[in-house]
Amino acid sequence: MKYSLFNLIRNTFSGHSRWTPAWRDATPKTHYDVIIIGGGGHGLATAYYLAREHGIHNIAVLEKGYIGGGNAGRNTTIVRANYLLEGNQPFYEWSLKLWESLEQELNYNVMMSQRGVINLYHSDAQRDAYVRRGNAMLMHGSDAVLMKRDELRDMLPYLDYDNARFPILGGLMQPRGGTARHDAVVWGYARGADMRDVDIIQNCEVTGIRMENGAITGVDTTRGAIGANKIGLAVAGNSSRLAAMAGMRLPIESHVLQAFVTEGLKPLIDHVVTFGAGHFYISQSDKGGLVFGGDLDGYNSYAQRGNLPMVEHVLESGMAMMPSLGRLRVLRHWGGIMDMSMDGSPIIDKTPIDGLYLNTGWCYGGFKATPASGWCFAHTIARDHAHRYNAPYRLDRFMTGNLIDERGGGPRPNVH
Amino acid sequence: MRINCPLCGERASDEFSYLGDATPGRPPSGASLKEWHDYVYLRDNPRGPHHEYWHHVGGCRAWLVIHRDTFTHEIFDVGLACDIEESVG
Ligand SMILES: Cc1cc2nc3c(=O)[nH]c(=O)nc-3n(C[C@H](O)[C@H](O)[C@H](O)COP(=O)(O)OP(=O)(O)OC[C@H]3O[C@@H](n4cnc5c(N)ncnc54)[C@H](O)[C@@H]3O)c2cc1C
Ligand SMILES: [Zn+2]
Repeated sequence: MKYSLFNLIRNTFSGHSRWTPAWRDATPKTHYDVIIIGGGGHGLATAYYLAREHGIHNIAVLEKGYIGGGNAGRNTTIVRANYLLEGNQPFYEWSLKLWESLEQELNYNVMMSQRGVINLYHSDAQRDAYVRRGNAMLMHGSDAVLMKRDELRDMLPYLDYDNARFPILGGLMQPRGGTARHDAVVWGYARGADMRDVDIIQNCEVTGIRMENGAITGVDTTRGAIGANKIGLAVAGNSSRLAAMAGMRLPIESHVLQAFVTEGLKPLIDHVVTFGAGHFYISQSDKGGLVFGGDLDGYNSYAQRGNLPMVEHVLESGMAMMPSLGRLRVLRHWGGIMDMSMDGSPIIDKTPIDGLYLNTGWCYGGFKATPASGWCFAHTIARDHAHRYNAPYRLDRFMTGNLIDERGGGPRPNVH
Repeated sequence: MRINCPLCGERASDEFSYLGDATPGRPPSGASLKEWHDYVYLRDNPRGPHHEYWHHVGGCRAWLVIHRDTFTHEIFDVGLACDIEESVG
């Protein structure tokens, strides 16, 4: 059913009892042209664009739990395109462009809010680095504005500008950045894919990958074996486990990242603000809670929950940036399992196995990538070669030395 | 998570810093590019028991090898890296 003012009024007269489900809860068929493993944002977006852009409709998305139960439903929803490096910025700018028309495209309210993302700087050296990054962004056709301390003071009066150790000297702002409603993105893509005949199959864990003569033939699942010509992996923190089923080892480690939300408040933070002297980022949800996060816990983890030292560390960073946070109560905190790559950048590529495609390595930043990741992965699966935007995200770049190390951290997944 | 350092006893995990997987073995000099690539970049990344290097940086400053479950965070065993490296040869 199309969502429109007309349909809203019509359904009001029937007491809202005639809305139909946004997508079918499908049961598996015996064979598909393409199986996407993982019903997070990336898997669902991939299925959507395969059907929408490439005319492939015999597709299943297999999800071991419920769609959006992984990182897609656990992130702090920040959307931005503020990278320095050549391999990254064109991809993320394309993603931001897709975000800007996503609601019209999907006929679904993903609550995309371009409220502006501001990275604070606290030293002259950091200012210079931000100027450089801002210029790189502008040269790629993105937007970036350097904000002086006094301009920021008017806009963000609640920050601790005169902090003795980390005074705030200014910030780099991307006005087109912001936030979106994570669940709605999942549901919107699921609905769009379903309308194009994609089967979304929940509670269906893939337990094995079937191959013959080095080529994919299908998967084993908790709901039986399913045949496929092509398989796309989009399982985020579980990438290494799925790759191992096909005999591959990946340049990936799984790490836990925590996030937090406070009790609801009246409007206080109108933007997304990030601390430059530690890893801390904050915004306010439409329900009023302050949503924030920080660093990884730092050790390999599949636990979907973190430990207390990082809770303390994140809250300390928050207090250094915005002391009034100390008056609030944290309502909930949780963790998600990140697919941390060896250079901090993602992989969207074919694998050496015929018919097996890989989408992984999203680290902290895969939510904002959701539209472009699905768009590029669909292109790669349908055409058997990368699009210009994901061409740098090759699996073999670690062999050839073409790393995309935005942070300059080296092969240490927990520092990216 | 609390870590039982062989030299200092049981301490809070934030006294320690984490390096990573302790199982990849450094290739001999003259090894092929592929062997170096696999050593530097590829990981088993298991969901379950994992041998890993930790540094007691806020204590005795010894390097440790910890056998820990990455799914439950349970710690099975803690040893000094120097002992373990010697026994491996
Ligand atoms: C706390 C936190 C904060 C974050 N903040 C941001 C942010 O502000 N901005 C940003 O851009 N990014 C952020 N991220 C990163 C972002 O959430 C992820 O990079 C992105 O969601 C990953 O892609 P996905 O949505 O497809 O993953 P997921 O939603 O994790 O999807 C993977 C799916 O695969 C399924 N699966 C796994 N194994 C199997 C199997 N064997 N069979 C079938 N299904 C399987 C899982 O159940 C899961 O649903 C954050 C992440 C976390 C955890
Ligand atoms: Zn010690």
